Amino acid sequence: MKPRGSPIMRYAAPLKAAAQRFAFLMLIAGAVGLIILGKADAILVERLRVAVSDAFAPILAALARPIATVDNAIDEVRALVALRAENERLRQDNAELRNWEQVARELGAQNRALSAALKFVPRGEERSITGRVIADSGGAFVRSLLIDAGARDGVAKGQAVVVGQGLIGRIAEVGEVSARALLITDLNSRIPVVVETTRDHAILAGDNTDLPRLLYLPPNLALQPGTRIVTSGDGGAFPPGLPIGTIASVGEGGPRVQPFANWSRVEYVRIIDYGLKGILGPLEPAPAQPRGKHAVHQ
Amino acid sequence: MMSGLAFQLDRAARRLFPFAFSVLLVVLSVVPLPVPGYGLVVPSFALMAVYYWAIHRPDLLPAPAVFALGLLEDILSGAPTGLNTLVLLLVYGAMRNQRRPFLGKPFAVMWFGFLVVAPAAIFAHWLFASALAGRIIPAHTAFVQLLLTLAFYPWLTWLFAAGQRAFLRQS
Repeated sequence: MKPRGSPIMRYAAPLKAAAQRFAFLMLIAGAVGLIILGKADAILVERLRVAVSDAFAPILAALARPIATVDNAIDEVRALVALRAENERLRQDNAELRNWEQVARELGAQNRALSAALKFVPRGEERSITGRVIADSGGAFVRSLLIDAGARDGVAKGQAVVVGQGLIGRIAEVGEVSARALLITDLNSRIPVVVETTRDHAILAGDNTDLPRLLYLPPNLALQPGTRIVTSGDGGAFPPGLPIGTIASVGEGGPRVQPFANWSRVEYVRIIDYGLKGILGPLEPAPAQPRGKHAVHQ
Repeated sequence: MMSGLAFQLDRAARRLFPFAFSVLLVVLSVVPLPVPGYGLVVPSFALMAVYYWAIHRPDLLPAPAVFALGLLEDILSGAPTGLNTLVLLLVYGAMRNQRRPFLGKPFAVMWFGFLVVAPAAIFAHWLFASALAGRIIPAHTAFVQLLLTLAFYPWLTWLFAAGQRAFLRQS
């Protein structure tokens, strides 16, 4: 303990308390300032976020790995137990898929013939980058994921993020070695979509619930639950036709969509680089070869 | 007895415990667990840490450290920048001023205090988040998060207290 009661201490203590109070108020003001700057999309705040995410990405990646390993081991055991039933199901699936393959081949041939007849310009080349999820959204008010692939792997803002079954979000922030994906269920997510059967365009808007809503559909459109919703490709870097989900309910407040993706177990994601080279080419030369460690599939 | 430099280093490392452990908790709270929906209702470990240290050792978790902690949580969890920062600072400020009634009291008193502080903090968080979004955000996940935070608090307090006994007895 420090000696109390000396003449210096008598003046120093209140001064110190006042300085502390002032510093505290400055910090509060700093936090409010950050909120306002962040809301205004200041580049400075984004740089700060990206730098911190990049710095912590290796630590998070190291922490996520053992948990995933344990989880996989449990899955292995479960799969062994269910082997017979699984086998039977796969045999049926296989038979069904062979039929579909036949249909797809016929359609492919027809498509080639018709495209050639119409001199159709094929759409741009698609690349996909695989990344591991290293951080879940920690909180009740955001729906996002941190992925351990960044600019050096060819990830860019606005790219579509998909898992096996369908679209889960888009890239919102990109660092050198990490990127943040905003999920389609987030409050701020707006994705241009199209109803697969009727080709009606709409916006898929998240509202922090599990079932995002469809906005701006034509009035008097009778949607059946179960109808597939896919990306429309309107307005940029999204490829058209990515599956998102099916209509879950057509209640008040507009139809809601049940995403195909299983949110609870997203371990790896694919980031689809649809390429906007045609538009951005002269301004921003595309990286010749991504140097990253991540698998890049052409 | 240790020599001067070694003692100083040892002391500094020990005094770093509250902040370092809090940072670890924030990082752990965003690590994806294979539990459906866990990421949405993960207990607010940073809130527990700030509450505990603001009462027991505010000198070792000063306001700038709380600021850094909140900012880290905002960035790693993808929340709007400054939101957790503001909430944690407010909790810290309130508890640092009101710490005397809690010092040396049994655990039940601390927990009772937390039963008041945690709902207030999560409500403030929801309020700020809704104001920022410009609309009312559904709050049921926040409610589950609150329940989990209250349920986890005794365990974390036990860890904090064990750490305090192990590392901070002499200083």
